[in-house]
Amino acid sequence: MVELLYLAAAVLFVIGLKMLGSPRSARRGNAFASLGMLIAIVVTLVDAEIISWGAILAGLVTGGAVGAVLALRVQMTAMPQLVAAFNGFGGAASALVALAELDRTEAAFSGEIGSVVAASLAIGSVTFSGSFVAFGKLQGILPGRPMALPGQHVINALIASAILSVSVWGIATGSVPPYWIVVGAALVLGVFGVLPIGGADMPVVISLLNSLSGVAAATAGFVIGNSALIIGGALVGAAGLILTVQMGEAMNRSLANVLFSGFGGATMTGEMSDKPVNRATADDVAIALGYADSVIVVPGYGLAVAQAQHATRDLGMALEARGITVDYSIHPVAGRMPGHMNVLLAEADVPYDQLLDLDQSNPRFPQTDVVLIVGANDVVNPTARDDETSPIYGMPILEVDEARTVVVIKRSLSPGFAGIDNPLFYADNTMMFFSDGKAAMESILKSLKAL
Amino acid sequence: MSAVFISGIVIFVLAAFVGLEVIAKVPPTLHTPLMSGANAISGITIVGALAAAGLGEGTTATVLGFLAVTTATINVVGGFLVTDRMLEMFKRKPTKRDG
Repeated sequence: MVELLYLAAAVLFVIGLKMLGSPRSARRGNAFASLGMLIAIVVTLVDAEIISWGAILAGLVTGGAVGAVLALRVQMTAMPQLVAAFNGFGGAASALVALAELDRTEAAFSGEIGSVVAASLAIGSVTFSGSFVAFGKLQGILPGRPMALPGQHVINALIASAILSVSVWGIATGSVPPYWIVVGAALVLGVFGVLPIGGADMPVVISLLNSLSGVAAATAGFVIGNSALIIGGALVGAAGLILTVQMGEAMNRSLANVLFSGFGGATMTGEMSDKPVNRATADDVAIALGYADSVIVVPGYGLAVAQAQHATRDLGMALEARGITVDYSIHPVAGRMPGHMNVLLAEADVPYDQLLDLDQSNPRFPQTDVVLIVGANDVVNPTARDDETSPIYGMPILEVDEARTVVVIKRSLSPGFAGIDNPLFYADNTMMFFSDGKAAMESILKSLKAL
Repeated sequence: MSAVFISGIVIFVLAAFVGLEVIAKVPPTLHTPLMSGANAISGITIVGALAAAGLGEGTTATVLGFLAVTTATINVVGGFLVTDRMLEMFKRKPTKRDG
């Protein structure tokens, strides 16, 4: 009976995830998944022959309060770091379950269990420390640029092989200390693994850590022999893996390249600032937009930084009121996590049917009068398509240069994260409006109303 | 390998394929809620945490159990709540578009 109830919980997870596939059913899907979780928790509390309730109640109350406060108070712009932190807590929980099992049995278990305990400790600990380094980078506590020791990859490879050999030692001797060494080494590996990865690669890193938090839960399921954990963990592992692969494809980079190349933060070499650009004022932009038939807005991470999502929506609404078609094109890696821009625009009440993905967008640019770029750079850089020597060559871009007029709102001519110049800024049909994203949107709206 | 362990591996592999099939169809617009919702599901570790915290076997086990329950609960409660908060914001355009 208990097994069947755990199965019911797992089925609700699958149904919930399936319903997350459409904006109309997604909210109910999330409710189904949380119902599954509730069933699993109640079944465990009834079935597990619990004799001491103090630690359980204290943990449920503390965790529930912290989780609720974080979830209800977080700004939508800070969603990437919140999800990074949640990934970290998930990894920690799985490692702690394995540690409790280790403590209870004093490592007197079969080789099978020993290997899954070691795996749960290693994966859970890497997920925990790696996620909190990612959190620090996203929150601005740690520098976003890649940070690495000389020979970092060799060091990391040595730590990884040490984890493997110490695990074998622990399993073979049935002693406790090697497992604690696994925990310590894995915590260091998580830190060393994520520090060398730059801020704009965070969509890949968060996806990967999400996947690892699922795998950690599944290994904890093997440790305690519970199929609900194995199924739930496998589902999350698969979800994170899909997103990891898709984010990698959106940057035309392999996972190995993201993890090991220390991409980004490169310094620019001169020769860019002396090229002429078409500087525009708010009035110029308002005229271009106000007399267009179709406008596509391309938001980038700069929009999130400037908190410009509401001002952007206001401008979009004003244009629609003039009978202009307005859509929003979102590159998969426009934000700091998959789908981040979509959430920001949804928060600003932009209907989701106006949010276009990469494949929907590119055929429409040639028929578009004005493309308005706010805080995006590398994802609209034509060198990714045209220049085989460019470091981002082959990355799928939003082909905004096909539109009749391009308006770029940017604080300065500084290069994007990849550290490469963007020929789009110097094109004849491009207008550059140098300003903070939010202030720009507000001043354009004001000029538009005066037309 | 024991039969229990092997059936665990079977369950893991099949569930992973189900996950790949179900999730591959989620559109990019919903990728953030998908990830935070999946994250809440990975809090299923709470089942193991509750069992560990409730056995009452010594201080170390109780402390580890308490920490496990706390972190897993943050994951579950925070994950589902924030996902709901985001999904509430996704709305269709009220009037039908003619474009």
